[in-house]
Amino acid sequence: MHEISLQPVWLSLELASVTTAVLLVLSTPLAWWLARTRSPLRAPIGALVTLPLVLPPSVLGFYILIALGPHGPLGHFTQAMGWGLLTFSFPGLVIGSVIYSLPFAVQPLQGAFESIGPRPMEVASTLGAKPLDAFFSVVLPLAGPGFFSATVLTFAHTIGEFGVVLMIGGNIPGQTQVVSTEIYTFVEAMEYDSAHFLAGGMLVFSFIVLLALSLTKRRMKGASGVMP
Amino acid sequence: MIVKRSLIAAAVLSVCAGAVCAGEVHVAVAANFTAPAKDLAPIFLKKTGHSLILSFGATGMFYGQIKNGAEYDVLLAADAKTPAKAVKEGYGVEGTNFTYAMGKLVLWSADGAKVKDGAALLKSGSFNKCAVANPKLAPYGLAAYQTLESLKLLQAVQPKFVEGNNIGATFNFVKTGNADVGFVALSQVFKGGKIKSGSGWIVPADLYEPIRQDAVLLKNGRNAEAAKAFLEFLKGPEAAKVKQAYGYGN
Repeated sequence: MHEISLQPVWLSLELASVTTAVLLVLSTPLAWWLARTRSPLRAPIGALVTLPLVLPPSVLGFYILIALGPHGPLGHFTQAMGWGLLTFSFPGLVIGSVIYSLPFAVQPLQGAFESIGPRPMEVASTLGAKPLDAFFSVVLPLAGPGFFSATVLTFAHTIGEFGVVLMIGGNIPGQTQVVSTEIYTFVEAMEYDSAHFLAGGMLVFSFIVLLALSLTKRRMKGASGVMP
Repeated sequence: MIVKRSLIAAAVLSVCAGAVCAGEVHVAVAANFTAPAKDLAPIFLKKTGHSLILSFGATGMFYGQIKNGAEYDVLLAADAKTPAKAVKEGYGVEGTNFTYAMGKLVLWSADGAKVKDGAALLKSGSFNKCAVANPKLAPYGLAAYQTLESLKLLQAVQPKFVEGNNIGATFNFVKTGNADVGFVALSQVFKGGKIKSGSGWIVPADLYEPIRQDAVLLKNGRNAEAAKAFLEFLKGPEAAKVKQAYGYGN
């Protein structure tokens, strides 16, 4: 077994972190709108958001490849802005990951917002709070578990992202060579020892992280057991 | 009506006692041979009555599956090494591996005006990315590396590499225009005797080790008779015609 670079591991962690951060920012208003709106657009937009769950990742990756390319809408945009093409780059992977993990961020948040219901916001406004203030000081804390789920699911889902990366990544070390595709390459090349090493490491690491998060969540819940 | 149909079915089944009857051959086909394999299937069906169930993908992936019990009858590999290994490790039937096609490498671009003198283009570096298949996994990837080494351009071009894990993925990169150029299998862009779209430079054969694509009969297959018929068919004139039209040598 030759020397294995851990660079794919760090790259995967970086990709998952950036994607999770971007998605939390994008999904919060989207999930809030989906939870509260009575517009007829609610159903179709909800379906669109769920679409990445239904499409096979390689298929999704293929269409993102076309979209990011010189003949696609995103490609036209990035080229017009002077950014060139985002395929085969880390930002391109972030875009792919955001689309791929979108339902995993939106749905837990939407569920949390729906279960909170309109009451807390109404009560807050009768007490004189402006909508934005009410959202941040009342809804967000109540939606804590929802944010927790969205964060964990999005992060984990992006770490495991494979089909999309295979389609738009190009396997460039330090840029798009993530751990999931690297393990697959080792398996295909029949370098099983290297594959076991990387896969085992990722498994152990992920398990520890998830365990830690679970325990933290339980302690958080316990602390907020009493409502002021 | 139901009784009549089941009588007919029983009659057909009883005639098909031996393996001589119309069978199915499960073939694992290397990604680069996708188009010719699809063309060969109806010709083979007409000639022998057997049908081909084709799976396309990376040779390495197929071998991994075969080692873990996959029931393919025949492996059409992208290299000669894997079928030889299959025989050595006991998955392939001794003496049945042979070269069914000689692969040809092409430097290709979806842009019809891009590639004229390939070597000059590679030297000039006037392309955003050069797509290659992973040399560890795909013989066409290895051939690409060998070509660039022969031209003494590997160091210059490598920073612009984007790697696909098989020749199909590599082709996608170039076809969609995300990579300006790429080293793909001639068969992917050749039809009816010429490059059907884009522009390409057929890499001179002396720049890379010959890509011998070997076939082998697999022990764990379900229909050895039909499989052997297929391997014979591959050596024949109808198959040679199809292969040539797709830019393979024999």
